[in-house]
Amino acid sequence: MQYLMLIYSKPENTVQQDDTQNDAMGSVWGAYTKALIDAGVMLSGEALHAPSTATTMRMRGGDRMLHDGPYADTKEHLGGFYILNVPDLDAALEWAAKCPAAPTGAIELRPIVEFTIGG
Amino acid sequence: MENQEPRRAAELAARLSYGRLLAILSARSRDIAASEDALSGAFVKALETWPVRGVPDNPEAWLLTVARRGELDRMRANKRAAAAVSHIALLEEERTMLAAQEMADERLKLIFACAHPAIDESVRAPLILQTVLGVDAKRIAGAFLVAPNTMGVRLSRAKEKIARAGIAFAIPETEQLAGRAQSVLEAIYGAYTLGREAADAGGPSQSGLALEALWLASLCAQLLPDLAEAHGLFALILAGEARRKARRHPSGGFVPIGEQDTALWDRRMVADCKVALRRAASLNAPGRFQIEAAIQCVHLDREKTGMTDWKAIATLYEQLCRFTPAIGARLGLAAALSEAGRAQEGAAVLEALPAGRVETHQPFWAVSAQINARLGRDAAAQSAFTRAIELSDDPAVRAFLAARQAQLPH
Repeated sequence: MQYLMLIYSKPENTVQQDDTQNDAMGSVWGAYTKALIDAGVMLSGEALHAPSTATTMRMRGGDRMLHDGPYADTKEHLGGFYILNVPDLDAALEWAAKCPAAPTGAIELRPIVEFTIGG
Repeated sequence: MENQEPRRAAELAARLSYGRLLAILSARSRDIAASEDALSGAFVKALETWPVRGVPDNPEAWLLTVARRGELDRMRANKRAAAAVSHIALLEEERTMLAAQEMADERLKLIFACAHPAIDESVRAPLILQTVLGVDAKRIAGAFLVAPNTMGVRLSRAKEKIARAGIAFAIPETEQLAGRAQSVLEAIYGAYTLGREAADAGGPSQSGLALEALWLASLCAQLLPDLAEAHGLFALILAGEARRKARRHPSGGFVPIGEQDTALWDRRMVADCKVALRRAASLNAPGRFQIEAAIQCVHLDREKTGMTDWKAIATLYEQLCRFTPAIGARLGLAAALSEAGRAQEGAAVLEALPAGRVETHQPFWAVSAQINARLGRDAAAQSAFTRAIELSDDPAVRAFLAARQAQLPH
């Protein structure tokens, strides 16, 4: 099964570019990502820039309505994601428990719909 | 007349095999709702076919095969070719298994899926009752004091989650087994307490849910023989059921445990309870349910000794408080200390409870009333009795408390 693992964390716990203070944090995430790759369970994964850089768009009556900010303004924000391929939810939860953001933030696991081609 | 026998056979198979068959059907697909449809289709077919052609030698195998074929037909209709191919392989595998006359018991896997921590706690017990025992959603809703539609929605949502979220039908790994089993046992105990309350308030016709919980507890003890708490829960529920008749006067009045007529206790259940608790103790892994069962056993010993050893009960409650932060455990401790002649200490236990959480908690006020009465704090006892009576739903309990309140010096 494939799961989208959404990582919600407090701003201070996410990796930001151009911030040398985040070296230690960066190496923790690097090690976690490497562990996922080595176990052969990671399909993809990215870190995201701060929510203040987000743009949210809705089409209403043929017009684009833009909002300067993320879809949901929450204390813990979406800082990144992985797509995992594991046998079941328990296996996904095992990996989520090891995620560096788990002790302070929240990890949401969403099963990915699998479409069968020609089925 | 000749149609009665096959009908009864089908009904008996339904009652005894429902959970076994549903567990096998849904183990791989994880799609409980689809398997329920297929299984009820098979039962309908049995009621049509068996009266004409007779009951098959192995009714369970017959039902399983028919249910699988029903699933296959639906896949073909939906043109899900790839799924149908793997389904045919599954049918073949099961045919071999059935030929060997051994039908694997997958119920425990189903129970673990239903009580998975990723499933909302409030729906775990209803889900287990529906899938393992085939209890219909309307009855479950009644037992859990929820509108039938609401319960139906909750149950389908939970089944959808199990199917889509990849919740495994599996017995957890050894290091997680005890923790995961705890949520199974708690769900069953929750169903039992609800069933017992309904039975006490509504008489023997309401005894269904409590007995079903007893049956589930016995199933868990049988399927998890090395898990001490499974035997502990079974013992605890047996102790409760053994005393069912004694909890009420023939007039319907409430009788507290220390005053129950021991002749009304069910001897066989008392004996079974002690056997289950000994088995639990031999596994050397104490837990909440075992201690609660041990407390019950001290009460049950009154049948032989003619007295209640409140000192032993207080000691057991002290242990229980180490296993669970539940308010109920500390209320039990306070009451036992008071009965053991340590009312002052009992009052201290009550004072340490968070006021906000006990303000509307009926058992707190009932225990507080008894302790204050014992300490001669009549005014405090008066108001605690009044509060406890206000908070009781059960008229028998209200009458009992009012009688105690009337005994206070004015």
